[in-house]
Amino acid sequence: MKISVTVNGTVHESDVEPRTLLVHYVRETLGLTGTNVGCDTSSCGACSLHLDGEAVKSCTVLAVQADGAQVTTIEGMATDGEMHPMQKAFMENHGLQCGYCTPGMVMAATSLLKENPNPTEAEVRLGLEGNLCRCTGYHNIVKSVLACAAGE
Amino acid sequence: MTVTDDRPAAVLGTRMLRREDPALLTGEAKYTNDLALPGALSLALARSPYAHARILSVDLSAALAAPGVVAAYAGADLSSLWAAPMPCAWPVTADMKNPAHYPVAIGKAAYVGDAVAVVLATSESAARDAVELIDVQYEPLPAVVDLEDALSDRVVIHDELGTNKSYTWDLKIEDHEGAIDEAFASAAHVVKERYVQQRLLPMAMEPRAVAAVPQPFGGDITLYSSTQVPHILKIMSAITLGIPEHQVRVTTPAVGGGFGSKLNVYAEELLCLALARKHKVPVRWNEERTENAVATIHGRGQIQHMELAADAAGKITAVRVRILGDMGAYLQLVTPGIPLLGAFLYAGVYDIPLYDFSCTSVFTTLTPTDAYRGAGRPEATYAIERAVDTLARQMGIDPMELRKRNFIKKEQFPYTAMTGLVYDSGNHLAAAEKAAGLADYEGVRARQATQNVPGATTLLGIGQASYFEMCGLAPSRVLASLNYSAGGWEAATVRVLPTNKIQVVTGTAPHGQGHETSWSMIVADKLGVSPDDIDVLHSDTAIAPLGLDTYGSRSLPVGGVAIAMACDKVIDKAKKIAAHQLEANEDDLEFSGGTFTVKGSPGKTMPLAAIAFEAFTAHNLPDGLEPNLEAHVTYDPPNFSWPFGTHICTVEVDTETGQVTVLQYVAVDDCGNQVNPLIVEGQVHGGVIQGLAQALFEEAVYDDDGNLKNASLAEYLVPAASDVPGLTLGFTVTPSPTNQLGVKGIGEAGTIGAAPAVINAVVDALSSLGITNMPMPASPHTVWNAIQHAQNGASK
Ligand code: FES
Ligand code: FES
Repeated sequence: MKISVTVNGTVHESDVEPRTLLVHYVRETLGLTGTNVGCDTSSCGACSLHLDGEAVKSCTVLAVQADGAQVTTIEGMATDGEMHPMQKAFMENHGLQCGYCTPGMVMAATSLLKENPNPTEAEVRLGLEGNLCRCTGYHNIVKSVLACAAGE
Repeated sequence: MTVTDDRPAAVLGTRMLRREDPALLTGEAKYTNDLALPGALSLALARSPYAHARILSVDLSAALAAPGVVAAYAGADLSSLWAAPMPCAWPVTADMKNPAHYPVAIGKAAYVGDAVAVVLATSESAARDAVELIDVQYEPLPAVVDLEDALSDRVVIHDELGTNKSYTWDLKIEDHEGAIDEAFASAAHVVKERYVQQRLLPMAMEPRAVAAVPQPFGGDITLYSSTQVPHILKIMSAITLGIPEHQVRVTTPAVGGGFGSKLNVYAEELLCLALARKHKVPVRWNEERTENAVATIHGRGQIQHMELAADAAGKITAVRVRILGDMGAYLQLVTPGIPLLGAFLYAGVYDIPLYDFSCTSVFTTLTPTDAYRGAGRPEATYAIERAVDTLARQMGIDPMELRKRNFIKKEQFPYTAMTGLVYDSGNHLAAAEKAAGLADYEGVRARQATQNVPGATTLLGIGQASYFEMCGLAPSRVLASLNYSAGGWEAATVRVLPTNKIQVVTGTAPHGQGHETSWSMIVADKLGVSPDDIDVLHSDTAIAPLGLDTYGSRSLPVGGVAIAMACDKVIDKAKKIAAHQLEANEDDLEFSGGTFTVKGSPGKTMPLAAIAFEAFTAHNLPDGLEPNLEAHVTYDPPNFSWPFGTHICTVEVDTETGQVTVLQYVAVDDCGNQVNPLIVEGQVHGGVIQGLAQALFEEAVYDDDGNLKNASLAEYLVPAASDVPGLTLGFTVTPSPTNQLGVKGIGEAGTIGAAPAVINAVVDALSSLGITNMPMPASPHTVWNAIQHAQNGASK
């Protein structure tokens, strides 16, 4: 099937199998491998990206469902060589270790702050419950998101 | 007068941000699965749905006819590719039983997930689809799930062994045997408890991934793998496949966590190598998560019988430990050695004169176990810390007070334990008191007295665990005494380039620990250069040919120290050049801030930058000195490193639902001097939550037929942010006297302290109901059941 998707500001016209998942489309067809795959039960959130501005688990979306949509992946978060404030907050607060959950966390966290710009710690924890991290124990991830919200 | 000092500000001990982060944060970093390998074939495995079955036949014809399929093989078809079975590097006893284990099973499948056939196809989906078409006829045999059942040999899993018992390993201490019986016979208090260390799934967020890229005409082959151990993997691949070691290169792109689960040599790595060589094209394999749950090693899996004897004052006089260990179906790389890593730690942080340890390990028809964060040491710490709490409860004294009576005292260090090991340094009282202060221990006890009244449904509990960890693996001679097949050294090269930029080559293999940042800090401090001028090279056996990789909290106390020593060698050589050029005596030179100065003649200086260039041009070097400024060190540590600390957890338990809520978690750890406190804290955070997850959430649940009931991230409860608390950390600093940096490992400490601290808190909360023990994980269901049981018991 033919689809037209704007990914990180660039329009891509592609011919995809109807069963292709969005995560495989961005990773394999577009070569944007920053979006990771951590499970096969839509449980881990490693594949989170923005679909029309909202974080979704891209392993739960078909590529054809993104036809006509705006997609932002982790590769599209930095502008003019400057990391997004959320990326900077993760760096400054040691919100990542192995980095595998990180792109998904950053995408979920930016989406969270868009909905709730001044969350409490508990709201951050709840808002990120679909994204698993095995390295950080979440302490510094939560700290990163709160710091980003506070504009630190 | 202005003083100019352009030396870089001190970097060691600062919270320097990680240089690894930008690539990881922007999606630029490549994990193995991200590599583009044009023309690669994908490998997929047919796995046994039975825990124990004879393989009667494997019909590959339908798979071979499927679109995109290039080849398919059963186990027997591949026999000629293996020069040796899959490696176990730790034959703990001379008579240890070790069944031959091949990447694809031949004749019999011994656990659910055991590979029985393999397909190569032009795409991953084609390979996986074709696997579904393989027709394997099985004769199912009874599963062996329970450890005591395994020991009974009711069903023998590996016919050729004649028994399920792999080994019994005793820590024999001369003269202790009679004395121990005597100590128990005459003890004022005896504790006898049984604890179960449930099986855990490591669940690194990146599943495993492998790609082998051959050079069919040159004969070389490159293996990309999501592994913690590229160096060990290279050697073992060469041995197992019978190919020349110098033609194998192992390299790891970014690795998404390991926690011990990637400290192994796996079937899929060997299959990709062997089939890439056979088919002369790249072969890759990506693990799916549900596959990971059965095909990647599991952790823990022990039944522990723990006994303490104590005198009337609560002074512990003897420890007796009997372990029954679950090896799973086969021995993977270090499977049998895991209980031994804990064998020395069942006396914990206490001054106990008599010790008796024995471990028997058995095969079951389950996924093999192996190293998982802490590997043997969390199990040991759990047993002693739980038993000490039980002793305190029996005696009616506060567990904190009982611990203080038994701590090894600060003045006793270095302390030679009855096991013969020397604990390098420690101050348990200071760590415990600091933790008690942060946790408001007395305040919680006071609240508890008013809150936990008869009829209360929200009970408050506080639990402590004080630990000593044996890490920094390891002095090679000690490993020899434990029958481990390799050494414990680490290698480092420090190379000053002509333009005064520095390359550091390390044998450690980071996968989230931030070695590039920390190692550059060590070198910056030593050589007086900016960390920005230092590159750290690792995890590629062509670039860093020597190394023993990353596990066992060894990277800093062994690998980092090797780097510091290599810097010393660089300075020694640079000094010869400086002395020659400055026409001074070497003894009169001082090195500071990257510059040599002649003592007493502040004008006579030579910076490292100038020396590096001189060393490169070699126009004017002292007679006999080799050109270039580079030094290599292989460091074999004289001792383990012994981090320690006290963790205190405060919980509330809802007696009506069984729900445990962690109100506060305090961790006070001491890993000696800290290179980068930011990274140290991150290690503790992650470790604590992994230990807490064992206590409250995680367990590999098997049914009687040996099926893993929760083989996915939807069912296996890796905690999310909303499931766990924020943490309160504190540190004490007791430098290690055995290495020049004064450092100890910190990667596993959090995990070691957490499980016993949490369960002690839960039991403490419920002790007024007569509950004295609590199985892990203390899920609402388990806790609720325990409460019902206690109440029914009380009403009878
Ligand atoms: S890959 Fe795990 S939720 Fe999408
Ligand atoms: S940083 Fe490793 S999984 Fe989150």
